[in-house]
Amino acid sequence: MINEIISMNGYGTYVWSAFSFTLISFTALYFVIKLQLSKEQKRFISKFGSLNKEKARAARLQNINREILSNTSNI
Amino acid sequence: MFKSFEPNKIFATTSKAPKYVLFLFIVVLSIGLMEALVLSPEDYKQSDAVRIMYVHVPAAWISLGIFSSLALLSVGSFVFKNKNFALIAKSLAPSGFVFNIIALVTGSIWGKPTWGTWWAWDARITSMLILALFYGMYLLAWRIYENKEQVIKVTSLIAILGVINVPIIKFSVDWWNTLHQEASINILSTSTAIHTSMLIPLGIMTAAFALFSLLIFLMKYNTELIKVKNKGLNRL
Repeated sequence: MINEIISMNGYGTYVWSAFSFTLISFTALYFVIKLQLSKEQKRFISKFGSLNKEKARAARLQNINREILSNTSNI
Repeated sequence: MFKSFEPNKIFATTSKAPKYVLFLFIVVLSIGLMEALVLSPEDYKQSDAVRIMYVHVPAAWISLGIFSSLALLSVGSFVFKNKNFALIAKSLAPSGFVFNIIALVTGSIWGKPTWGTWWAWDARITSMLILALFYGMYLLAWRIYENKEQVIKVTSLIAILGVINVPIIKFSVDWWNTLHQEASINILSTSTAIHTSMLIPLGIMTAAFALFSLLIFLMKYNTELIKVKNKGLNRL
């Protein structure tokens, strides 16, 4: 049974390489986008931390800024 | 008209949604892979090589769908002067491009056992390659141009020009003599040339791929919104 699935009647190399390429592409894209997201979140947090009290209060008035601060790790 | 779609209002949802979409994607993909690689029958002509269809076809469909959406959003950003449309389009493009590459590479892998060649300058394959070039130009334009107004104009133009290629891809197998087979599934008709035992895994894999593009879109869209907010903090 396992051998049949691996060999795929002689087409195993083609089938498995097509599926592997797809899954590797998915994984690579997911991690690239995740890295971009966490980089941008870190940048936001460090910028927010450098604001003085008054500016930080003004920034906190926006819902979206509060959401970003509460979602430091999205996934 | 589009106030309910404003970034400030939808970020609460888009920032929480990815973890649920990722979970659903893993579940649907696992079922799809089981169906595609183990449970679905082999083809009477192509034998097990037909299983490549379960990654090749959904990837091609979704890359075409995403590019059509880019064009539609680009028209929308011109007509309604809504920059959020451009941001949505920008967030959709990376997964569309990757799906386009997957369709080309898996098609090439499928071509070797069925046609005896990795590549042919056939109408369907060439038009898909042209689509990949349009995707490449679109993504590159977002990196090259710094002026926001200018980049929206250039990317919209690329998307609108590129969408002309979409019906060419669709009808290339009818208009020209090609190695590529004709469409087996017609969404406008109930009849299909594919047996249910193959149609089910194809449907499940398409759903999994659609969930993956939604996941990437949400993560990229959140990244873009945070980028905008970072610029906003600079102005405080």
